[in-house]
Amino acid sequence: MSEQRRNPANPVALPGKDEGTASERLVADSVLGGMPADSATIQEAAITAMTASGRARKRAKLGVAAWLAIFWMGLLVFCAVFASLLPLADPISSTDAAAIGKGSSADHIMGVDSIGRDLLSRVVFGIRASLEIGVGSVAIGFVVGGFLGLVGGYFKGRLGSLIAGLLDTLLAFPALILALAIVAFLGQSTLNITIALAIVATPILARISRASALSWSEREFVLAARAQGAKHFRIIWREIFPNVLPAMLSIAVLGIAVAIVAEGGLSVLGVGVKLPTPSWGNIIQGGLPDIRTAPNIVLFPSMVIFLTVLSLNYLGDVVRARFDVRESGL
Amino acid sequence: MSLLRRRRSTEFIPAADRYPVEPLAGALLEVTDIRTHFETSRGLVRAVDGVSFSLERGKTLGIVGESGSGKSVLSRSVMGLLPKNGVVRSGSIRFEGRDTSQLAPDDQRKLWGTQMSMVFQDPMTSLNPVMKIGNQITEPLLYHLDISKSFARETAVSLLSSVGIPEPERRMKQYPHEMSGGMRQRVMIAIAIACGPKLLFADEPTTALDVTVQAQILDLLQAQQRERFMAMILVTHDLGVVAGRTDEIAVMYAGKIVEKAPTRTLFSQMRMPYTEALMHSIPKLSNPSHTRLNVIPGRPPDLVSPPKGCNFSPRCPYVQDKCRKEEPPLVRAEAAGHEYACWFPAGTPQGRAALERNVVAGAMSGVTAETVRVGTTPIGGGIKSGTTTTAPSTEGST
Repeated sequence: MSEQRRNPANPVALPGKDEGTASERLVADSVLGGMPADSATIQEAAITAMTASGRARKRAKLGVAAWLAIFWMGLLVFCAVFASLLPLADPISSTDAAAIGKGSSADHIMGVDSIGRDLLSRVVFGIRASLEIGVGSVAIGFVVGGFLGLVGGYFKGRLGSLIAGLLDTLLAFPALILALAIVAFLGQSTLNITIALAIVATPILARISRASALSWSEREFVLAARAQGAKHFRIIWREIFPNVLPAMLSIAVLGIAVAIVAEGGLSVLGVGVKLPTPSWGNIIQGGLPDIRTAPNIVLFPSMVIFLTVLSLNYLGDVVRARFDVRESGL
Repeated sequence: MSLLRRRRSTEFIPAADRYPVEPLAGALLEVTDIRTHFETSRGLVRAVDGVSFSLERGKTLGIVGESGSGKSVLSRSVMGLLPKNGVVRSGSIRFEGRDTSQLAPDDQRKLWGTQMSMVFQDPMTSLNPVMKIGNQITEPLLYHLDISKSFARETAVSLLSSVGIPEPERRMKQYPHEMSGGMRQRVMIAIAIACGPKLLFADEPTTALDVTVQAQILDLLQAQQRERFMAMILVTHDLGVVAGRTDEIAVMYAGKIVEKAPTRTLFSQMRMPYTEALMHSIPKLSNPSHTRLNVIPGRPPDLVSPPKGCNFSPRCPYVQDKCRKEEPPLVRAEAAGHEYACWFPAGTPQGRAALERNVVAGAMSGVTAETVRVGTTPIGGGIKSGTTTTAPSTEGST
């Protein structure tokens, strides 16, 4: 369309050829006089074509798998929010002793757990705890770790080495043991588990942002921003952070999956979300003793975790591809 | 201080009206004996080693030299952009009469953008790849000038059209990767001049660009400079770039200015053999094709341990024993404003005699033939035969 807007035969209507200041004419001459006049048009057409194809490819990138992943995550969020409105048995108090050990049935699609509570209801209500912990811990880690990493990567002096040392110290702890110790110390609650996993996630996210900030802060446009009089924190926020963001976002999305799995791990070790509040982890843990007689108790929440992690991993890639303007046009 | 705090009006004043056409009294920039040394594990790198010059308002100074001669470091030192750690600096930089080298970082930053600004070498890396062009231009405007967002946008659009970008409205919404190198350099220039600086550093602004675009960008810089009455320091390795576009040229070698003169004088009466060698290394269009390119033999000296005596002595066709022992000071030549640092300057009887001695010695020993060839290539076969007794070494400079 925009190729037609500009008639290639008469590409630029030579603005300022008769009016305008001397320098305008000089500029117009240097643009149009030295080179064949339609070079600007050709270039422009090429750019238009490039951005159009870039946009088309961007749209095409969201394939069936991506939509499935988005659908799954949307379903989870919907269920978490409206769990109490859904036609489900109470996940904590209502029990159906007759259904124990019977597996799936019309009344209980996923079966019931070892004391007869509806498994589907517990899994659906468990989304809340699992997503809260997964998203919450990564969000805290993203903000704290991202900030530490950006500052540590930009200021390479004493502050930078101090932050690098701090991060290395945190990374030296085995992650699950560290989380275990923190929960044991703080006490077993959803909030404390979130904090524990956030402490584990922080150095990992900080590493990513620091590594990225280290290389971006060496770029010439950062020096150019400084030469324009921008302050350090303005440079970090406006120049470096947007460049670091795609890498951090994709790792963060993957991090949510890891945190959900980690909550399961903590539950199996006995320091997960406190019963009777359901979480995917403690449902699995509760089903472990009966895994031979009632495999459905472990199987269904595991499948849900599996699908969630798969979706998040896939979304991590999509997020990076979508939010990286550099990739879209090249 | 009062100059910096000067409140800027929210109305857009054309740059030509903002500054008096009549030059104000006193030099805009006065640099005296600045030294910038980097501490490295190998030792102290003397990147800039005692450079002095001054620049009037609205004038252009060209700084020319090979890679590694310290020209980029010089411009960054003057602007104060170098990191604080590991850099040893001395000397004074007076901008509008105030010493800026002693300023606190916060005060120094206030100079950047509004008083002095820089266009960088590579437009591919000096724009933020994830920020729209429009935002990159309005950023310094909003930061420095007390203006509204919409007015900043209007200003940015007019800046884009003034640097010769067609359809500026549409370009505002594009990312740098959607533009060609020349376009990006135009955008860089728009950003650099956005806040009306009095001094513009152009650090090899055309080195990363296609030859056909180079002239356009240089013309644009010159036009903007004239219109806005900016002083400009044009750093380049190409004498051809500065030839028609500067008022004065300083030739740098190994961190020092070795020759400085008004442009016309430099090209007609060059004294320093290094300037001459640079001149000869420009290929001439009139030469037949497949003519061998003239190169300056050897490499720039190691700035950790520069040679004793004159820095250029190991590569100089005029070199004498005195050059290897004593460093020549910067002395005045006959022409006004012309200074050079050489014991046996080209185009003088001493220089001619020195070159002659080297040619004769070279013909006899055959050792220095490579060295001698540079300065005398225009003589046409004189060295090969070894019989030349007169070396009209100024031929290339007329």
